[in-house]
Amino acid sequence: MTAPRDKFGRPIVVVTGMGVVTSLGAGKEDNWARLTAGESGIRTVTRFPIDGLKTTMAGTVDFVTVDPSSSTGLTERLADIAAEEALGQSGIGSKGDFPGPLFLAVAPVEVEWPQRIEVGQAVGKADFDVNDLLAISGGGKFAKYHHRFMFGSVAGYLAEKFGTKGSPISLSTACASGATAIQLGVEAIRRGEADAALCVATDGSVNPEALIRFSLLSALSTQNDPPQAASKPFSKNRDGFVMAEGAGALVLESYEAAMARGAPILGVVAGCGELTDSFHRTRSSPDGKPIIGCMHKTLADAGLTTDQIDHINAHGTATPENDRMEFQTMFNVFGERAKQIPVSSNKSMVGHTISAAGAVEAIFSLLTLEHQRIPPTINYDVPDPAIPLDVVPNKARDARVTAVMSNSFGFGGQNASLILTREPI
Amino acid sequence: MTEPKEVWITGIGIVSSLGEGLDAHWDALNARRINVDEKRFAPYVVHPLAPVSFDAQIPKKGDQRQMEAWQRIGTYAAGLALDSAGVKGNQEILGRMDMIVAAGGGERDVPVDMAILNSYAKGNSSPAFLNERLLNDLRPTLFLAQLSNLLAGNIAIVHGVSGTSRTFMGEEAASIDAARIALARIASGQSDIALVGAAHNGERTDLLILYEFGDFNLTDRFAPVWARDKDDSGFALGSAGVFLVMESREHAEARGAKPYARLTKVVADLAQRKQPGAVTKSLEALWPKLGTLGDDGALITGTTGVEPVTSEEKAFLSQHPGYAVRATGTMFGHTLETQFPLGLALAALSISRGALFPPNDPTGLEIEKSGAPAQIVVMGAGHWQGEGLALVEAIK
Repeated sequence: MTAPRDKFGRPIVVVTGMGVVTSLGAGKEDNWARLTAGESGIRTVTRFPIDGLKTTMAGTVDFVTVDPSSSTGLTERLADIAAEEALGQSGIGSKGDFPGPLFLAVAPVEVEWPQRIEVGQAVGKADFDVNDLLAISGGGKFAKYHHRFMFGSVAGYLAEKFGTKGSPISLSTACASGATAIQLGVEAIRRGEADAALCVATDGSVNPEALIRFSLLSALSTQNDPPQAASKPFSKNRDGFVMAEGAGALVLESYEAAMARGAPILGVVAGCGELTDSFHRTRSSPDGKPIIGCMHKTLADAGLTTDQIDHINAHGTATPENDRMEFQTMFNVFGERAKQIPVSSNKSMVGHTISAAGAVEAIFSLLTLEHQRIPPTINYDVPDPAIPLDVVPNKARDARVTAVMSNSFGFGGQNASLILTREPI
Repeated sequence: MTEPKEVWITGIGIVSSLGEGLDAHWDALNARRINVDEKRFAPYVVHPLAPVSFDAQIPKKGDQRQMEAWQRIGTYAAGLALDSAGVKGNQEILGRMDMIVAAGGGERDVPVDMAILNSYAKGNSSPAFLNERLLNDLRPTLFLAQLSNLLAGNIAIVHGVSGTSRTFMGEEAASIDAARIALARIASGQSDIALVGAAHNGERTDLLILYEFGDFNLTDRFAPVWARDKDDSGFALGSAGVFLVMESREHAEARGAKPYARLTKVVADLAQRKQPGAVTKSLEALWPKLGTLGDDGALITGTTGVEPVTSEEKAFLSQHPGYAVRATGTMFGHTLETQFPLGLALAALSISRGALFPPNDPTGLEIEKSGAPAQIVVMGAGHWQGEGLALVEAIK
């Protein structure tokens, strides 16, 4: 029996349950089958009018609907589905009684346009100002919108439904949020505060304003036709990311607690690391030092050397800058080996699930370890000579994989990495 | 497991409706000063930010332009905290400093929203209408000025705090958890030094609308928190930014830093408020987790003035009648995410000044307390969910 503590004397943190929803489908089975078949979940948006938009496709989760429709409502529902699946697999606790805290990566919340328009129409006259709007906002007619559009509403719902313990934490580290949620869970277990943590990351925010905001920052691909080919990580003709929806949920447990209850052990979160980039609000420091430092911190946290990483689940957004920077920094950390390590971007198929991405991709990394099969980077027809990576082009590949590094980088200088292994190392 | 490390508060930055910095706040609290505006957003009452020269902490105008007011307030307060801790510009420390920010989001472009809503009201709304208006009228940089994690991003850019950066969201509870996690990480050796805090701009019609949906706003006339009765309940939004530098005792001693106080414990929970009395019960359950407390201590609370939670907090306080209570909501208004760091800051400040500031309450709930407080409990309960307590102590 392996010692339940790692080489630094900390409790080993294992994964005993996983759940995932993306534009490819609900559940690990569906997602894995379609991911390894190289299918794309990106489609032309039908949820709202796309007239006038430069980007008209996204990885929307159209098979889940909520009524009344809102991005926050969908975000909540996706988290709910993913958490149900993770808890079902883990078998931990009992229904409505999860024995640990909740860490939730979730997009920032605001009142959304359908609701804003509804309130505006309740004013009942043609020319009105914000004071008129204020005057009719109270009295309870719109009380549900207060609750819906509080930042803590999704976590509050999940905490009540699943009976997580203590104060649930909602967090955002932009596109690294999912990784941060896992990191918070790992840290809590390592501190001995909890034997288990429910880490959920969710994003259902494909709505007109969100799409337009990213569009105004020139961050999105505009290769709308065909939508399935829009997301082209590491290709020379990549032109931006594709917004997408999804959720990932992981039940983390101390190895000791998991073994004691005979839980399925799906993998190990061997290391976590983060390092802030203070260069610019949306751009990485040109020398890549914060990303390089983030990867080194993560390796050190896991107690592994670069030689022991045999697959990288890239951030791989398909923005011109991200992918170039990601290669440069990988090359710095892994040296010439960077060109041999298989590197996949799941975003080529599911798009960029923003707040959920770090957790969704951690789950895909764990499935890679389980199946010993690496999902491809699709839409890779025009290699970028400046990025000489083995991106597992277009077709999944069987391979021996023992340790995966999963990287997430976000606006606001957010960099976070995870190292996942099949067994404790 | 090794013994938990002692955690000190070695830096405090405050900017609020009462001014900026520790001396200004200490003087204002002792003078029972309140800065409240009943006219600008009438009938809604707000505590507006005191005049601040942002240049002092955010020297580049370009940086200021990239920020919304809440980010400027927070970045400013963070700078004050770093100055207060003596680490401003110390790249070696800032480069490994952890940061946890509790944040909401930024202000919307209200004129743009209103123009769109008026067009809808007039029936000028083809399917493409919303897309067209947003594409043409939204400022590209506004997104970044609104994004929750961009307060932390701006603090990294302006002040160079670049170890780690995490943003917690979820109204009042976000900052209770920010303090709780920072303390736990330092106490366990996962972190040596952290910047923790929040910022709130209370002078926003979009926020007033959001809270008006739930009838949470105080209207017409200002009243101290404890004097708001059930028919006249509500909070007056307040503008404030508060940041704290927390570090392990050994880290502080090694660099010769002078502490304000020790942060001993932070506990939090999420009562299911469908049951009346749930918050009272939850606070009672959290109380013994703080450690050994005297019967006649001091307690600084962020009580909002909204019902039913204010009555539940009062019921909790009535079980600890020896405690000298101070409600920050009376002087500062309700500052949402900033509520709890503000309580921690005033507790640490009081301990460092060897006195609790005087009551500011006509109802008599707040009692006089003389002498130097050795312990101050900080309490925060969200206006609709989440509650927590902290213990701040004098350093032995």
